[in-house]
Amino acid sequence: MWSEKADSFDLSPPESDEVHVLAVDDSLVDRKVIERLLKISACNCKVTAVDSGMRALQFLGLDAEKSPSDSFDHGLKVDLIITDYCMPGMTGYELLKKIKESSTLKQIPVVIMSSENVLARIDRCLEEGAEDFIVKPVKLSDVKRLKDYYMTRSEVRAGSCQDKAGGRINKRKLPDTDTDTITPDDLSPSPPSISSSTPPSSPSNSPSSPSSVPSSPPAVLDSPIRRLKMTSTD
Amino acid sequence: MLPATGSCQVETKLQRRTNRCTPTDRVRGQQVTISIPAPAGFVGLSAKTGLPLWMLGLGADRLWADMNRLLAFLFHQGILDEQFLQLQQLQDETSPNFVSEVVNIYFHESEKLLRNLRALLMERELSDYKKMGIHLNQFMGSSSSIGAKRVRNVCVAFRAATEQSNRAGCLRALEMLEQEYCYLKNKLHELFQIEQQRALAAGVRYPAQN
Repeated sequence: MWSEKADSFDLSPPESDEVHVLAVDDSLVDRKVIERLLKISACNCKVTAVDSGMRALQFLGLDAEKSPSDSFDHGLKVDLIITDYCMPGMTGYELLKKIKESSTLKQIPVVIMSSENVLARIDRCLEEGAEDFIVKPVKLSDVKRLKDYYMTRSEVRAGSCQDKAGGRINKRKLPDTDTDTITPDDLSPSPPSISSSTPPSSPSNSPSSPSSVPSSPPAVLDSPIRRLKMTSTD
Repeated sequence: MLPATGSCQVETKLQRRTNRCTPTDRVRGQQVTISIPAPAGFVGLSAKTGLPLWMLGLGADRLWADMNRLLAFLFHQGILDEQFLQLQQLQDETSPNFVSEVVNIYFHESEKLLRNLRALLMERELSDYKKMGIHLNQFMGSSSSIGAKRVRNVCVAFRAATEQSNRAGCLRALEMLEQEYCYLKNKLHELFQIEQQRALAAGVRYPAQN
């Protein structure tokens, strides 16, 4: 279906229900809290917590510039990466960039956390491809919102192709339900109401549920954020 | 500020006493130990017999009230905020000691940060304000994550002083930070003690009293 490349590698059915989150934060207190929040919000949640961007890259198999086949193991089984922004060494933003630059990992949704509510910072992260931005301290309601992002991936892994929209209202960013119909290469004009997860082969599709695209898809280049999001998930 | 009960240890590199948050101190070498005997009623000892309340079967409800009263006080004073409540919500049978585990990590990290801050400020040559700022950011972050509002606020003021390279301001802020932290630690220890006793009391069964 719309699961183009990366997800098709994971052929481990027993774990298809299990959600694997990689949490990155230099503070041990915050790692403990985020781990617990994640576990409470989703029963099947496995959390790997690391204390730096370097370690996150190591875990994802990206550290030594290996070829995609070498980074087969961990990276592709990660459903969500949640990272602090302010960290010594590599910041969360730099980590985000590295992930989005990697052909094998860019599909993984990344969420940024920060104690500073700076709009410029938020915008920068979203433009770089972050799914969401959480202002610390992180609460259960914040983490519950993340479900939208990782449920997507594990559902796809499990082979389901339901409409992910289902009436969910995402405050900041929409799930990429429309990216399968529009790619940067395919700029054929389509009606603004497109937002379902129907196969790419049928661009003329029915409008789906409430979570429609706010900006019309044909104007891909109008919104820099949408454009970057699409390129990052083709 | 009410006198703190329980005990609080803040290690400092200095020989002389730097904490003024409690009346009795003992300075041993480089460690300042502050210990106050716990008043009988508050932490659950019967004034008459000296036995812990939970053993007398009076415990659970009374301790529950004590705990809530202490929590209400801490919220009212702005010492804790709703993030602490969020932590409590994360505690359940599968993770029954979650709050105290996280808080103990916080204590451990905070004391390290306080030591580092004091060492940086005491440097005879130019103080590294930037490094202080980094420590303060960490302290602010972890404080906010557990709901330690007042400690966090002092960190904010402290950070402002470092940004101005204001040494006197930094010294004042550090003193205040150590005090606030010490007070918070005492109060949280109290809270955990009551919680423990409540758990014990709840598990104790007595035959009908007359």
